Amino acid sequence: MKKNAIRRREHCRDFARSLCFLSPSLLGVGVFFIIPFGVVVYYSLIDGVSTHNYVALENFRKLFQNSAFLLAARNTLSFSALAVPLAVTLSIVLALMLEARIPLKSQFRTFFLSPMMVPVASVVLIWQVLFNFNGTINEFMQVFGWKRIDWLQSDYSQIVVTLLFLWKNLGYNMILFMAGLANIPRELLEVADVEGASEWYKFFAIKLRYLSPTLLFVTILSLINSFKVFREVYLLTGNYPYEKLYMLQHFMNNTFKSLDYQKLSAAAVVMAVVMVVLIALLFRVEDWFGKDVEG
Amino acid sequence: MKKKRYFSRGVMFLVCAAFAVMFLLPTVLTITNSFMSEAEIKSNYGMIFSTTTGGYVSKTVNLKFIPDKVTLSQYVTGLIKSPEYLLKFWNSLILVVPIVLFQVLVACVAAYSFTRWRGKLRSGIFFFYVILMLMPYQVTLVPNYLVSDWLGIINTRWSIILPGVFAPFSVFLLTKFMRRIPYSLIESAKVDGAGEWQIFTRICLPQCRSAIYSIAILVFIDYWNMVEQPLILLQDADQQPLSVFLSQVNAGEIGLAFAMATIYMVPSLLLFLHGEEYLVEGIANSGSVKG
Repeated sequence: MKKNAIRRREHCRDFARSLCFLSPSLLGVGVFFIIPFGVVVYYSLIDGVSTHNYVALENFRKLFQNSAFLLAARNTLSFSALAVPLAVTLSIVLALMLEARIPLKSQFRTFFLSPMMVPVASVVLIWQVLFNFNGTINEFMQVFGWKRIDWLQSDYSQIVVTLLFLWKNLGYNMILFMAGLANIPRELLEVADVEGASEWYKFFAIKLRYLSPTLLFVTILSLINSFKVFREVYLLTGNYPYEKLYMLQHFMNNTFKSLDYQKLSAAAVVMAVVMVVLIALLFRVEDWFGKDVEG
Repeated sequence: MKKKRYFSRGVMFLVCAAFAVMFLLPTVLTITNSFMSEAEIKSNYGMIFSTTTGGYVSKTVNLKFIPDKVTLSQYVTGLIKSPEYLLKFWNSLILVVPIVLFQVLVACVAAYSFTRWRGKLRSGIFFFYVILMLMPYQVTLVPNYLVSDWLGIINTRWSIILPGVFAPFSVFLLTKFMRRIPYSLIESAKVDGAGEWQIFTRICLPQCRSAIYSIAILVFIDYWNMVEQPLILLQDADQQPLSVFLSQVNAGEIGLAFAMATIYMVPSLLLFLHGEEYLVEGIANSGSVKG
């Protein structure tokens, strides 16, 4: 009996201590993220900040009829659908190449990682020089007799932004994959070698399976980064880009200007729900795919 | 067999080299272009950023690596003659440095709590931090704006610094590092009569020194590059950081923009060159959201 009471008291004390250490962060997260997000959810369900009438899903219905939101959502999704798979596969390829014994390996790693350190704002001018209507790429294309394209004002604009996105993010992803590759048990690969497995078989049957947690993380990370691509677009084209480059963040910025809390809140809630669903989905896929290599 | 292997390695080397050129090119071009005179810039890129200012404008665009004549004139203009740029650089620093310092500080304490004590409630909170970390700006900016509005700090630096300090990213990463400290180390300190605070400052923190450094670099890069938050939370153009300001450079000042862009990358490049190993270590450990 007495022993139990002591243990319980010990337990309580531990709990209090842990809370002490956690409190600064928890307080900040509560004040700056959780409480206001609760208010955002509330705002998304009422008709106005001054009237406070409950309108159920009316704001969401309006949001999904808003042409600017639909355009932004469509563009963001199509950009992510293009950029995320590219970012994942290309960074795996880079990691695999650096894993093979090639000369200048560590220099290559530094080079591939360097764009991460360069603020986008610093290199945007170069992109403009390259992809302007009178820019270098077009000059180059003319040599081959191809027609000039006004890259940033055309349907190709997403490709230009994708290149900037890949340039910026591949190095980071590559490091993640290299760390994942280093964790694969060597014996397994050696056995495969002895058994005469081909490189392809080794990749798909062994490496990819062991990489699946990394794969999950890189996919989520690239997805988030692809939502952030507004930054690149904004720095390249300012507030009013070509239609294809109108991203969700543009929509948010414009709505901020008019301070339409209902629209803003509904959009934020929709984004949060979409993200949670996507992440849960990716977790499921990873569970299924990597189940026999865990641990 | 052996020949084939050499061949494939050679191909890989060439592909890597091609990638390396593409990865380095924009940075190198920005730096070399910053040493050109305004006249040279105009004759090279006049067509692109053409204005009505007149002067000689070439018909074609020349992307040039090496300046005809190396000059520091752009830097002199940017740093001495027009203080605007220096002010924006200062704005960037004054936003980012407190965020990095305090985010890491808050994270150290919180990560210790997540490491030292487990339990259903705490792992629930930790999972929540992970979800929060994964939320894009489009979700978190609206709550940030609301709080800043209530606290009356909109249009001040606090509206960016305060949410930045409590961003969950470094809590997440540091917890992963701290969980690797052998439990026996903490236990034996406890037996020797050390209090929690002593265990934290004397054992945990020294063990995590390189982790803290790598997290600080990652956080610094992230915020040094920010665009979204200042655009929404700082309406006042005088307070904008250089990252936002660089995109609004006048067409007539392209050379100056190159020079300022170069200066803007100096702090992060120095950090990179100095701490690449830490950085790689930090990234490698952020690699899994599970466990």
